[in-house]
Amino acid sequence: MGLLSDPQCRRALGRLLLRLNTPLCVLSYLSGLAWFLLLPLLAPRTYLSENAMGSTMVGEGSDLGPRALALARDFGEHRRREGGIPVSWLSHTMFQLGLEVHSQPFARTLPFPDEAHERYLVRGTNVFGVLRAPRAASTEALLLLVPCCEGGKNEQAVGLLLALAGYCRGQIYWAKDLIFLVTEHDLLGTQAWLEGYHGVNLTAMQSGPFPGRAGAIQAALALELSSDVLTSVDVAVEGLDGQLPNLDLLNLFQSFCHKNGLLCTLQGKLPPPEGPSGPGYAQSLRTLGLMVLGQAGGAPGGPHGLFLRFRIEALTLRGINSFRQHKFDLGATLEGMFRKLNNLLERLHQSYFLYLLPSLARFVSIGSYAPARGGLLYLVPPILISGGAGAALYLWDPLYPISDPKSPCTPILTPFLSPQARGGLLYLVPPILISGGAGAALYLLPVRGQAVATQHFPVGEAEAVVLALIGIYVAGMALPHSTHRALSGGGQRGWMTLKLLALLALALLLTCLALLNFSLGFLLGVTLVPPAAAVRPGGNRLPLALLLVLTTPGLSLFMAVLLERELLEAPAGLGEAWQRFLGALGQGLLQEHLHGAHLSPLLCLGAYPCWLLLWNVLFWK
Amino acid sequence: MAPPEAAPLAGRRKRKRRGAARGGAGGGMAAALLLLLLLLAAGPGPGRADAGQERRDALREELLLSPLPTGDVAATFQFRTRWDADLQRGSVSHYRLFPKALGRLVAALGVRELHLALTQGFWRTRYWGQPPLQAPAGAELWVWFQPTVTDVDKAWKELSNILSGIFCASLNFIDSTNTVIPTASFKPLGLANGTDHHLLRYAVLPREVVCTENLTPWKKLLPCGSKAGLAVLLKAERLFHSSYHSQAVHIRPICRDASCLAMSWELRQTLTVVFDFFSSGQGKKDWSLFKMFSRTLTDTCPLASQSKVYVDISPKTKEKELLEVSPPPTSVHEAVVQGDKKTYAVYDLLSPSLFNTSRSLNVQLKWKRPQDSSEMPIPTLHAQRYVAGYGLQTGEICTLIYNTHPYRAFPVILLETVPWYLRLYVHTLTIITKGKENKPSYIHYQPAQDRRRPHLLEMLIQLPANSVTKITIQFERALLKWTEYPPDPNHGFYVGSSVLSALVPSVTAMKDMDVEQSPLFTSLFPSSDGSSYFVRLYTEPLLVNLPTPDFSMPYNVICLTCTVVAVCYGSFYNLLTRTFHVEEPSRGGLAKRLANVIRKFRGVPPL
Repeated sequence: MGLLSDPQCRRALGRLLLRLNTPLCVLSYLSGLAWFLLLPLLAPRTYLSENAMGSTMVGEGSDLGPRALALARDFGEHRRREGGIPVSWLSHTMFQLGLEVHSQPFARTLPFPDEAHERYLVRGTNVFGVLRAPRAASTEALLLLVPCCEGGKNEQAVGLLLALAGYCRGQIYWAKDLIFLVTEHDLLGTQAWLEGYHGVNLTAMQSGPFPGRAGAIQAALALELSSDVLTSVDVAVEGLDGQLPNLDLLNLFQSFCHKNGLLCTLQGKLPPPEGPSGPGYAQSLRTLGLMVLGQAGGAPGGPHGLFLRFRIEALTLRGINSFRQHKFDLGATLEGMFRKLNNLLERLHQSYFLYLLPSLARFVSIGSYAPARGGLLYLVPPILISGGAGAALYLWDPLYPISDPKSPCTPILTPFLSPQARGGLLYLVPPILISGGAGAALYLLPVRGQAVATQHFPVGEAEAVVLALIGIYVAGMALPHSTHRALSGGGQRGWMTLKLLALLALALLLTCLALLNFSLGFLLGVTLVPPAAAVRPGGNRLPLALLLVLTTPGLSLFMAVLLERELLEAPAGLGEAWQRFLGALGQGLLQEHLHGAHLSPLLCLGAYPCWLLLWNVLFWK
Repeated sequence: MAPPEAAPLAGRRKRKRRGAARGGAGGGMAAALLLLLLLLAAGPGPGRADAGQERRDALREELLLSPLPTGDVAATFQFRTRWDADLQRGSVSHYRLFPKALGRLVAALGVRELHLALTQGFWRTRYWGQPPLQAPAGAELWVWFQPTVTDVDKAWKELSNILSGIFCASLNFIDSTNTVIPTASFKPLGLANGTDHHLLRYAVLPREVVCTENLTPWKKLLPCGSKAGLAVLLKAERLFHSSYHSQAVHIRPICRDASCLAMSWELRQTLTVVFDFFSSGQGKKDWSLFKMFSRTLTDTCPLASQSKVYVDISPKTKEKELLEVSPPPTSVHEAVVQGDKKTYAVYDLLSPSLFNTSRSLNVQLKWKRPQDSSEMPIPTLHAQRYVAGYGLQTGEICTLIYNTHPYRAFPVILLETVPWYLRLYVHTLTIITKGKENKPSYIHYQPAQDRRRPHLLEMLIQLPANSVTKITIQFERALLKWTEYPPDPNHGFYVGSSVLSALVPSVTAMKDMDVEQSPLFTSLFPSSDGSSYFVRLYTEPLLVNLPTPDFSMPYNVICLTCTVVAVCYGSFYNLLTRTFHVEEPSRGGLAKRLANVIRKFRGVPPL
């Protein structure tokens, strides 16, 4: 640090950084993007790290197909007769299979009606059977979950679950208890069950006493089958808030795909042809893009997503009938996976928890994508150079001749500490307060104020919430014009200080996000960094304003919706995208209230105020 | 002479106890609990123990087969060796039936009572009902020492090491971090003059795995080994092909006769196995000795003075003739056991008629109708324990205790032993029954000391009729030193079962048992009057994850941390503590420097 403590050198370094600021910014941003685009080429093949699952292949002996079909038919009949989950039939069947059966009723009133699933007051029952492992003291368990049954969609999966339970009950090698769980109202039921099992209440879920437990759950599989004919299996990994299960669980599934000749897809995409050829690369990139979008969204990719918070490694398997030739029996694969998981001596911890997947057989570990984030979070360079410490340099270097020309060695923060500056810092208060307040309003008002909104406007509650959200968001953009009236600004230094603060806040936010949810941090970084680096008042404001508006988090979300449809190779028109965008807003809010997702508070209280500060800088007078 | 129950109950108990002791039956002071059988003709009753005959010893063996409500079958063996010799006093050198290894151990270390149980699996009280003798998963050892023992801790350490050798178990891992001194839960079961609990030591190793290596030394303690008698059924291959396996050794002093002037020593070896016929029989619940043990009984142990097989044929519902045993039993016996009326078919292996018809005895039980009642009887007292919460910082241990008795409340003593690395917060202890706070009438809490001793929490709680009591206590997970982690830290750390001891009021009135004709197959535990019976329950062990460093890359971690600390901390510290001043560009060159050197010598400030 002689470099920084020596004023001569420091000044030289500062000058150098200042002179090269723009090229360095552009270079690091572009290199970050380029690195990300190169990721599919850098991805190595996956491999099983866990010894307990890797070395021995188990031989599956089950043939569950016909029995599963019969059970599914029975279940379907009873379900239609009762108009909901047939609790008594299911309990009786599980008891007959030799399981210890329990059920858990739950109820939940949503904060506002969920239009996508058409529900508001939800009442349901989870039924689960526990297969007690012989000679084990119920300290560990494995779980198979089947969400049931929006419009009879998942009846086949219930049949398969029951057939598998019956088969497993006859085996003697279980060292961990097996829990066979059928939940109602998909994620809500899963949430209620998990909260009940762990004896906590994270959301406003009301549920009855929880009868039977089986120790620490080591791994869980969720199963969704759309029809009795199965031509491929799609696997979903993204959990709540972008959490991911241990890569070994996915590797296990992949090895069984390989062994049983199953057609397995990730994000609905088949594994790309090997080699760095054009189409392979494009498909890998597409899969990777979909994964990044899914992870950034923070919504669980299936019922398994809620397990990850409780440190239960979980996957969702979706059986798909895509009218291909091959038909598969998933029963043997499930049996094999459970038998291998049964061999675990420790909970899954050997492999990666932070990774991206360009295809099912290849992965990008955190070690590989960190430089990509490097590009973007060396973004920290953009931030460092144009913001952060660099911003400080950037600010005080032009400033110090004015404030204290005789001491070029003034520490970085002197401008803020010198007496005349301190008095002058008051002008920063209104923009910061107003931005923060706008964020808080955006977070609190739509849901709290829905009653008022429905009284005064002819809209439904769900619509009121979404429209209020958009209204407050747009209204927040009008605020900078009024902030200056409260206190007159500090001129040149004023906007620079404000920008410094905005950049520091943004750098903090993005750095934390990059560790917690890489994809979200990356997407926010890609969109927010260029305007953040470029913004300044005066001159021709129009292009900058346009850039800022285009990269506002709200509009980014809209773009993400468009991009996702594009990557799914089902492009949407603007109208459809708009509908999806509105749906995504509502779902985003619901996720927070139902499962405690962090995306909406993060955007409302973190990214949006940050962006408003930049918007303030642009319109500084 | 103290009961194993709560102190408040002591007075009432004591009277009863003395009565029992005066009776001087086989159970000593202990009155019958497990099986109340009128043994009229079979075998020389312990009551007839002749005081004149010195150093008499006797072996009795029993096997109890009871179908459980879930359709599983529990088989309980009990081998009881009784020796009319005083092991403590006088040098006993000639051992006949009593195993020498244990006898010398008792004499050398001043052991008054020893209870060791090795268990694989968990007895599911809620579904299987009360067991004759319950034990926690893993290894359990509790010992009362003689008052003459001066250093109890040393004797305890030595004892656990010797037992570890005898039974091939990891009992040598018992040390101060898992040993506790309960004050109320464990009382002597045999003759005792005082109950100074400082002479008691109790330890549980929940992680102990029980297998054939533990069974073999246990079998070798039997006088006939596994060559003859009931012990031929003890084939490891079948015993460990079961849902539950528990083997135990109990040594205690008992009254020699009714006058209780002399002392005898009793060794009980018990073994409980639960066979699951669901998985093997495709839902059929018929069983036979051969199906369970892949052996049949062919002869008796010539050293045994009694050898019997009991089959529980109590009717579950009103209709009686639901099941059928073959061959026809020697006799049928009715008794009230643990508050339930039971009917037993008895096969006396010593009666000559039994082996007359066929060379071997293969007891079979057939259900006449398939039973499909999902209505299972719920035991009066059962419990459930789990860890609540998520994440690696805090958590909560929840214990649910159910009293399903329709109209009677009763107290229960709860003993919790929690390792030191879970830091309990006692102020968070809550006991809630029916939505209201339930104040325990007795609490004994001994906080843990890091790496020295575990937490011990004992409470006497009143359970209202037909209620669920929820006991919660929060804890924080400690970060261990990196050398303290076991080789598989991500498996988790075990917390041993908690112990519930209670006098459960009986629904059916038990008749006051006739101690003169006390059956052999009694439980260890003394019963009080006819209206209640003693139950000791163990809850599930818990598996708790502690914050675990990533051991796979310690080198990387160390390098990275060191670098970060060195670079960042060092330079920032440097920047923060240094005072800066502007260095004037030096002018004057050599002449000025020389002048300054001279001025320095003169002691005047430099130019």
